Amino acid sequence: MKTVIVVGNGMVGYKFCEKFRAHPANAAFKLIVFGEEPRPAYDRVHLSEYFGNQDAKALELAPASWYSDNNIDLITNERVTDILNETQEVRTISGKSFSYDYLVLATGSAPFVPPIKGVEKEGVFVYRTIEDLEEMLSYAAQIKAIKPDGRAAILGGGLLGLEAGKAVLDMGLEPHVVEFAPKLMPRQLDTRSSNVLQLKLESMGIQIHLGKATNQILGESVIEGMDFGEDDQLDVDMLIISAGIRPRDELGKTCGLDMGTRGGIVVNNKMETSIPNIYAIGEVALYNQMIYGLVAPGYDMANVAANQILGNPEVLMPADIDMSTKLKLMRVDVASFGTPYMPAEKGLSIIYENKTKHLYKRINVSHDGKTLLGGILVGDANDYNILHQMYLNNMSLPENAEELIVGARGDGGSAFGSAMDLPDTAQICSCESISKGKICGSIKEGACNSLKDVIGLTKATTGCGGCKPMVVDLVNETLKSMGKEVKDVICEHFEYTRQELYGIVKVKNIQTFDEALDKCGKGDGCEVCKPALASIFATIYNDTANKEAVIQDSNDRFLANIQRNGSYSVVPRIPGGEITPEKLIVIGEVAKEYNLYTKITGGQRIDLFGAELNDLPAIWKKLIDAGFESGHAYGKSLRTVKSCVGSTWCRYGMDESVSFAIELEDRYKGLRSPHKLKGGVSGCIRECAEARGKDFGVIAVDGGWNLYVCGNGGATPKHAILLAEQIDNETVIKYLDRFLMYYIRTAAPLMRTAAWLDKLEGGIEQLKRIVVDDSLNLAEELEIEMQSLVDKYECEWKQAVECEEMKKRFSHFVNTEERDDNMVFVPMRDQKMPEPWTN
Amino acid sequence: MDSILSEYTSVDPTTVSVWFKACNVNDIPENGGACVKYKNKQIAVYHYKRKQTWYACQNLCPHKMEMVLSRGMLGDADGIAKVACPMHKKTFSLESGENLNGDLPAIAIYPIKIEDGFVYIGFSE
Repeated sequence: MKTVIVVGNGMVGYKFCEKFRAHPANAAFKLIVFGEEPRPAYDRVHLSEYFGNQDAKALELAPASWYSDNNIDLITNERVTDILNETQEVRTISGKSFSYDYLVLATGSAPFVPPIKGVEKEGVFVYRTIEDLEEMLSYAAQIKAIKPDGRAAILGGGLLGLEAGKAVLDMGLEPHVVEFAPKLMPRQLDTRSSNVLQLKLESMGIQIHLGKATNQILGESVIEGMDFGEDDQLDVDMLIISAGIRPRDELGKTCGLDMGTRGGIVVNNKMETSIPNIYAIGEVALYNQMIYGLVAPGYDMANVAANQILGNPEVLMPADIDMSTKLKLMRVDVASFGTPYMPAEKGLSIIYENKTKHLYKRINVSHDGKTLLGGILVGDANDYNILHQMYLNNMSLPENAEELIVGARGDGGSAFGSAMDLPDTAQICSCESISKGKICGSIKEGACNSLKDVIGLTKATTGCGGCKPMVVDLVNETLKSMGKEVKDVICEHFEYTRQELYGIVKVKNIQTFDEALDKCGKGDGCEVCKPALASIFATIYNDTANKEAVIQDSNDRFLANIQRNGSYSVVPRIPGGEITPEKLIVIGEVAKEYNLYTKITGGQRIDLFGAELNDLPAIWKKLIDAGFESGHAYGKSLRTVKSCVGSTWCRYGMDESVSFAIELEDRYKGLRSPHKLKGGVSGCIRECAEARGKDFGVIAVDGGWNLYVCGNGGATPKHAILLAEQIDNETVIKYLDRFLMYYIRTAAPLMRTAAWLDKLEGGIEQLKRIVVDDSLNLAEELEIEMQSLVDKYECEWKQAVECEEMKKRFSHFVNTEERDDNMVFVPMRDQKMPEPWTN
Repeated sequence: MDSILSEYTSVDPTTVSVWFKACNVNDIPENGGACVKYKNKQIAVYHYKRKQTWYACQNLCPHKMEMVLSRGMLGDADGIAKVACPMHKKTFSLESGENLNGDLPAIAIYPIKIEDGFVYIGFSE
């Protein structure tokens, strides 16, 4: 058995192990890996995340057990100090020797510390390892304790320096990035894009100082500031140096390997050094007289070296290394590809700049306008994948190349055509090296039939996931080209979209879930299709959730929201948020009687938590007797129409927002829909009701109401978009009837209005045509349907408390009056809460 | 918390020593479930009408240790009868108890029979 020793357990060293052990011929080799850091290889690219969560494990590329599972001896905390190439041995700092047949040097790099006077002072750090970060964190904490407005500078405005800037921000100090060059990320950006990025970063609280040469570090023994000469100084309490890297090539020097004049171990396209059986990969390797400080070329090198050792000599490093990069710096997209900037004699550029939105896009095209040479994207890198592919594959440009970055005029379409235009060789998933041909082929050859199949077979999208949109497009387009329809079917029991199922139920007059299964489904149903059909029945027949309780989502079945310990919450409707003192007292009395936790909700009503299932009917009986109705807080249905106080009281109000909100809430209460619905009415453009954060929002303006639709808060907040201007109350209701009914008919299950509008072909313009211009000739039908739902409204809690049979549903045990003794409450701020979960 | 989970273990139909008369068949909704109490145990009982069969399992969801499975929704995955927990939609086979959409521990399954309009659940203690 032959022995391979890998010196260095960083990202590239790890990738070598992974590629090596994945190869079919690997079993004949023993693999020993040395790492000088105390822990196994981690993701240095995302190092700054450590400041956010301080979770070193989360950064690990693989746990220590992975190495033993894969028959790799991982020796951490042990630096290799000598290579004895005559005898093919390495020696470590603790004096141990190990023989090798092949040696792979993946020692990486160290931060370059420029020879500035005073750089040894306390408070000056480098940014490379988790240990560096831990030291920085404790130092920053000391500073903050004595000086809450402390500052930290970062020397270097490159990729890593800006990452460090984020880290400083996370530590709670004021970050100052100091760069010698006149622009940020000098290798990737031109001056204009640097300016745009600078504006954006400054708006986030990161100060940028360009064109500054640091003369010395000020302070006695501890850093107090930086001196740039000519009386130009910056007071700082801490400095992080991120001014580039130097290869860790000392092993190469001592054993006589050929070295570059400025460091780095010289390698050929097989990753071989000047001594047989010794390879170098990653940031220590000097290839094409260059050190590549990016992870992608490092991974390629790891793959080449592994293949060379395992007997595949045809796997070679390409002559041209793609230096394209795309990253998110503090949620700002920054990408550059090919030659990002060039003089006019080499190519011509098309530039789009919008400083108000911190956007910059530049592409460089050849003089004949036919090929893409490179480009820069700041603020929005959505088009990076496809531009990068066009560049890599030398694809011909469209006639109006500017459409690549500003979008085609007219219908908002894209100039790219589709991902299908790429050649088969185009690499779609660069993490797993999956080409377009492989993805489409897996479907054409019959091995795969869906996105899930393709991901399972090829592993595409399983790395960084950045290629997912392209893979989805390729899969869908390929299936379509083969005549297979791609659609979002509900689940394994119904091979239809929600919209299709809605049509079938209506036409066949299907009344129950079992009937639906028998007429157009298969099997027994599940937790996905049951509530979907319940919602469809509710839309067509406006039955309440009581009709077929067992197909309702759990909350609808018990007409209450289940909470952490299995107790429920009770939310009576308070239309528009308007309530009398008498009703407030009733809520208070009920809450006291049943010992409920009370809280004001975001929808201007009152939530009563901690009710036991058995008590729900009695609680609701009391509320209903006092004039309350179900608030449908548990349903995929209208929640609230929030309002501001409007012209009734407010000295700015333009119209009666409360009255209108109550009217709308009363009109649409009980309406079941694909997802929850929220509305808002504001009495003037100050928008105190936050109506534009709702599925529908109405704002009083001079001459009527403006109607906005398809907004939401939540995980992906979206402002509602203007549907119609200066319309009167009747028109608002007419348009809302049409809009809501059209949404309810056509949306997929659990799709809110914003996502629905995104998917709607033609977008808001199309929606305007349907709702306002009645282009589909549907308006009357939609209005009639809505009116019939409004007319049939019944409070489902009233039904439940008045029917003995229905009341049976609300008992924890069916064979005893006892209560659930597993339900535990603990005190909190004069009220109660569920006992916290321990797992 | 684990101790409460350990109170529930599947009972093999051949080892039943007690057939507990749990409730009337009408106490359990068709194609739905309800909970019965036996000593200190909470048992979820389901009337799976579409398969003309009945199931009994622990009421405790092993995910967050709440007594809620009886309020879950019935269904099938590739023909296997299952229940979806109302808390986070974890699904469990009502035949083997296995967690079908994750790697939670299996839930305990109990033998069940219907006689003269009553539901009986089998225990071995």
